[in-house]
Amino acid sequence: MQKVSRRSFLKGGIAAACSMAAPTIAAGAADAKKQRPLATLIDIEKCVGCEECVGACSTVNADKYPRPEKPFPKMIPPRVPVEDWSDKQDVTDRLTPYNWLFIQPVTVMVGGEETELTLPRRCMHCVNPPCVKLCPWGAARQLDNGISRIDSDICLGGSKCKKVCPWDVPQRQTGTGLYLDLLPSLAGNGVMFKCDRCYDRVAVGEVPACIEACPEDVQTIGPRDEIIRQARDLANEKNGFIYGETENGGTNTIYVSPVPFETLNAALTTGKGRPHLDPVKDVMADGNNLAAAMFIAPVAGIAAAAGKFILQKISTGGAS
Amino acid sequence: MRKLKAYAGNRHPLSLGYGVVIIFLTLSGFGQMPIFKRYYIADIPGLGWLAKFFVTHYIHYLAAIFFLAAAAFLVTDYLISAKNRFKITASGRLRVGLLAGIVLTGGLLVVRNLSGSGFSPGLIIFLDLAHLGLVMAFLATSAACLGLKKRWTIGL
Repeated sequence: MQKVSRRSFLKGGIAAACSMAAPTIAAGAADAKKQRPLATLIDIEKCVGCEECVGACSTVNADKYPRPEKPFPKMIPPRVPVEDWSDKQDVTDRLTPYNWLFIQPVTVMVGGEETELTLPRRCMHCVNPPCVKLCPWGAARQLDNGISRIDSDICLGGSKCKKVCPWDVPQRQTGTGLYLDLLPSLAGNGVMFKCDRCYDRVAVGEVPACIEACPEDVQTIGPRDEIIRQARDLANEKNGFIYGETENGGTNTIYVSPVPFETLNAALTTGKGRPHLDPVKDVMADGNNLAAAMFIAPVAGIAAAAGKFILQKISTGGAS
Repeated sequence: MRKLKAYAGNRHPLSLGYGVVIIFLTLSGFGQMPIFKRYYIADIPGLGWLAKFFVTHYIHYLAAIFFLAAAAFLVTDYLISAKNRFKITASGRLRVGLLAGIVLTGGLLVVRNLSGSGFSPGLIIFLDLAHLGLVMAFLATSAACLGLKKRWTIGL
């Protein structure tokens, strides 16, 4: 990962942001029109759990993995947790800063037979991602093609993205990133890492490494509306079930399963780095409803002032 | 020099509400950063909500709703009926300007949070930093005005 000094960040980041601010709203809106959000369809029944995708992800994204500097800065106050995966880079049975995709096995009854299904698990790439929207620093971002990614040059490792993620996907590595150049003991705690759906490969027309490496064609990538259509057709054909179409308001990762997701979820081993398959309400919806009220509020204020003015005029007129 | 009298007596009827809303906006705004739990502030009884990111998000929006309604009322009232009775002081204009910047950057960040918004990463970082910087400047200015007993308005 490229090291960014405080000076270069302030000079290159803030100044550029200031100069870009005015034209980028229009530019952003124009770019959004150019690209349709991409989604992936994961046919769970096809996955054989070979972990080719896990290996390909690791190989292709190795340059993006953290290279922490040790010893880590002393954290103040000491309650701040140090999270170090640098000596456990070979862990592949959960999400870590060095493992952005893992195979989650689950044994369930399929057609009356006990069957082990294997689920590729990684970031769901939500349509309206709370990790991106609620990042206080702008380090998490959503690309026009629907990919959400965390900029490791800017992230301070506060882990808010993980706390607001319904699946607790982002994982922290202490001892790396911009916080080391700011106030390493007092603010920040590393960098958050997660699947970026190989945004750099997608940008040049390639498919994510996990999709390319899969020998069973478990995953399909395409425009979200088409992927949703395919997922519904597949689910109808198999009498199957869909996860991701509406979860958290919709995600850009759609699973199709031969058994209900309640059944899968009940049998899954979940916990730290091992996401659930619970139903998830749109966690940004309530905030966005309040946002609507926020745009109405000034109108109410103006109406109240106008009402006061008219009442005063009537009152004055009546008196005279 | 002409003796100036304060508008509407000692306090505007909305001043108490203004203070409460500013306190909640400030606390919930700083609560967008993961600092209150780290520094034990959320451990203080009654302040646990400061470590709950969705709660601070909703409270920030709710307080902003009240603030925007009151601000729109005061600005409209000033323009259509009170402009001839009092004027805004220099320190008042400074605070109004800072608040306008906070409202503008905050409003754009609210739009950013809506699904499908197409703001560039550079613009988002700029808005985050500008919003925070303007709030810090506003708080410092307000503290100075409070200490120096500077009023928002003077009567004509």
